[in-house]
Amino acid sequence: MTDRTQLKSVVQVVAKSYHNQATHLLQMLWQVQHKYSYISDEMIDLFAKELNLDYAHVQGVAEFYSFFHRTPRGEYDIYFSDNIIEHMQGKQDLLDRLLTKLKVELGQPRSDGKVTVDNTACIGMSDQGPAMLVNGLTIPHLTPNKIDQIVEFVEQQKPLREWPSEWFVVKENIQRKHILLGENFEPGSAIQAMLNKGSDGTLREMEVAGLRGCGGAGFPAHKKWQLCRDTASDERIVICNADEGEPGTFKDRILLQSYADLMFEGMTVCANTIGAKKGFLYLRGEYRYLQKSLEVVLTKRREAGLLGNHILGQKGFDFDIEIHLGAGAYICGAELALIESLEGNRGIPRKHPPPYPVNAGYLNKPTVVNNVETFALVAKIMVYTGKRFAALGTEHSKGTKLISVSGDCDRPGIYEFPFGVTVREVLETCGAQNPQAVQNSGPAGVCISEEEFDRKLCFEDLNSTGSFMVFGQQRDMFDVIRNFTQFFVHESCGFCTPCRVGTSVMKNLVDKVHSGHGTKADLQDMENLSHIMKTMSNCGLGLTASNAVADTLKKFPQIYEQRLQAEVSLAPSFDLDAALEAARQITHRDDEKAHIAA
Amino acid sequence: MAQQIITIDAQEVPFQEGQTIMDAAMSAGVYIPHLCHNPEFKPQGSCRLCTVEVNGKRMAACTTKAIPGQEIQNNISALQENRRALIQMLFVEGNHICPGCPKTGNCQLQAVAYYVGMLSSHYQHFYPYRELDASHPNYVVDFNRCILCELCVRASRDVDGKNIFGISGRGIKSHLVINSTSGKLGDTDFNVDDRAALVCPVGAILRKRLRYTTPIGERLYDQQPINVVGDSTQPHAGAKKQW
Repeated sequence: MTDRTQLKSVVQVVAKSYHNQATHLLQMLWQVQHKYSYISDEMIDLFAKELNLDYAHVQGVAEFYSFFHRTPRGEYDIYFSDNIIEHMQGKQDLLDRLLTKLKVELGQPRSDGKVTVDNTACIGMSDQGPAMLVNGLTIPHLTPNKIDQIVEFVEQQKPLREWPSEWFVVKENIQRKHILLGENFEPGSAIQAMLNKGSDGTLREMEVAGLRGCGGAGFPAHKKWQLCRDTASDERIVICNADEGEPGTFKDRILLQSYADLMFEGMTVCANTIGAKKGFLYLRGEYRYLQKSLEVVLTKRREAGLLGNHILGQKGFDFDIEIHLGAGAYICGAELALIESLEGNRGIPRKHPPPYPVNAGYLNKPTVVNNVETFALVAKIMVYTGKRFAALGTEHSKGTKLISVSGDCDRPGIYEFPFGVTVREVLETCGAQNPQAVQNSGPAGVCISEEEFDRKLCFEDLNSTGSFMVFGQQRDMFDVIRNFTQFFVHESCGFCTPCRVGTSVMKNLVDKVHSGHGTKADLQDMENLSHIMKTMSNCGLGLTASNAVADTLKKFPQIYEQRLQAEVSLAPSFDLDAALEAARQITHRDDEKAHIAA
Repeated sequence: MAQQIITIDAQEVPFQEGQTIMDAAMSAGVYIPHLCHNPEFKPQGSCRLCTVEVNGKRMAACTTKAIPGQEIQNNISALQENRRALIQMLFVEGNHICPGCPKTGNCQLQAVAYYVGMLSSHYQHFYPYRELDASHPNYVVDFNRCILCELCVRASRDVDGKNIFGISGRGIKSHLVINSTSGKLGDTDFNVDDRAALVCPVGAILRKRLRYTTPIGERLYDQQPINVVGDSTQPHAGAKKQW
């Protein structure tokens, strides 16, 4: 009873710190989990009562996000980034080494409660992997030596602040700068330019610049803003999407790390253009370690009169920004799921017909959702004029694009190129080593084979969300496919049948081919399944989750065919003899008759 | 209000403004396969079985508004084959054992499977481990058969005002949960008169003791296929009478 009383007061304090707003449920769950390492039934019950929510709702939220846990975790909670690039960098050996030395099972806390070691989807460190998160902090460039030291530190219970501080340094790795990353920026200058131009003038500037959303859809920014501004409402919202979840991309991390002023300034310009007083930065849980430095930037901006009431002394220009932390869900990079998550719900794009956020977004208020890069560009465009941006790029893709390059190349990192750059130019600039393929825009994007290296990165040809993973000739593209299909099993939100079940069926088919039991019929099944997922899914995740399989079936058929059973048109999906193993163990038999001959 | 026209498989179907393609089809007696849809509740478009081709583009009929002039393909082999695959996915995702299920003959999943010509589950079974909840005096919840249509969730929330059901987990681990601290139906005020007690299209929410009142062979879909008789409106798994 005392325990419950104590827990109750903790829950009450946490809830109160967010003014008991149910929209902040994720933030509250982060707080209690930080204290107790997990979210118990009792905490769910207490939050439900405190916030006047259903038990099942709080439970549903706690069990949706992969960084929330319903059973205790270790005092050191370690996650290895599980992207294919990290696998190429030797991640699996390092993970196995850590598991063996710590005598701990993957995903299970050690019996003494000291440590948990787990996998997680790409943490945005492919340019400096293999990398891990330890209690939310990033350690890049892992080596066997570092792993051995980590084992010692864990056994000694050495506090994280006493681990070598240089381990936690996350490099920028900016390899090529242009107008966004290269030119100077004075905080406040874009807001001043906005005030000089007024709302209509600002929209015109965006239009002249030809700015299109950098999150992937490429919707013209000025149109989005205008639609939002012109929707009648007492309140409008600005959301910056910093849920950079596409495996292999990390360009938003650089902006959040080193160019946060630009992004916040772009949001503020947007706010005054559309008439919004409230802004959110939806920061992915993987970037939790950036929250403190971002808060510092926000505080400085408030002190400088660039946020808060009467911005730059203008009466009625009131705007502030709140950071909302995600908790591990790729789907929340999609704006409708992101808004659900911001409202304190499961990140499921469940509304039908799908509303336009500019009409009915956060809490049904007209809302602009733009990506980190888009807002950063806004600030630069206001200062350096739309005309200068429009002079760069192609006819329908103006300006520059940040590309996160990783994989088999000499210089992984961030490259700012004008739109229209060819795949080949990027490969040459980054020092690609004998490339056979590039995965553009992450697992949901397009797999580019050598014959296509002259294609251009722009909306007219290869749309880029910023992820550019290079695979050398020595790589087995089948490993890439296995990694991607596992990723989508993990990240499907589970709402619609083709994606929820289809991603798992696809993984089973890929595994079957991998195990050497695949036949031509299985490849046909993959094609059919891909067609179903691409045409029948509810949202973009399901619609694109089978792209990588479909692309490689077409462009790299040999990676599948060389694994097939020759001359067999149909084979069972399991090994009959292996299936008898449990029976053999129970009956203590291992004689010839207890086996089925292959 | 003036009636307007869409065409479904070249047949003219009238509709009124605001209706979805599914609404219009149902009023006109045109069968579009569906599982998560029930005209009494807000459409949610999650099973995707009602996908049709609207002017060549695939859309869910239950959540797409009818607009004059839409040319819709519904009963075509390309769609029926893909719908069959969706049904097969639902079969392998859970544990559906038709011959041993009290709902057989009154089950929409089974009936739609027959309608789209499903002869086997085709894909590798997942065989998930899911526990039964028999804590309620009059009902048993067999999570093995739940297809996540959320009809019970919607009925309990929107009609009964009780919020007894919810969905938790993510992706393939998504699952139905009971809204009580214990997670048991017996600890809720779920009642035989609840609308949520009658809407399960499969054998996941089952009335105790009344599961075999109508012999197998004499049940709704044992007599006629689902495209003729439509959704099951049996008060319990083994019932003959409709409510």
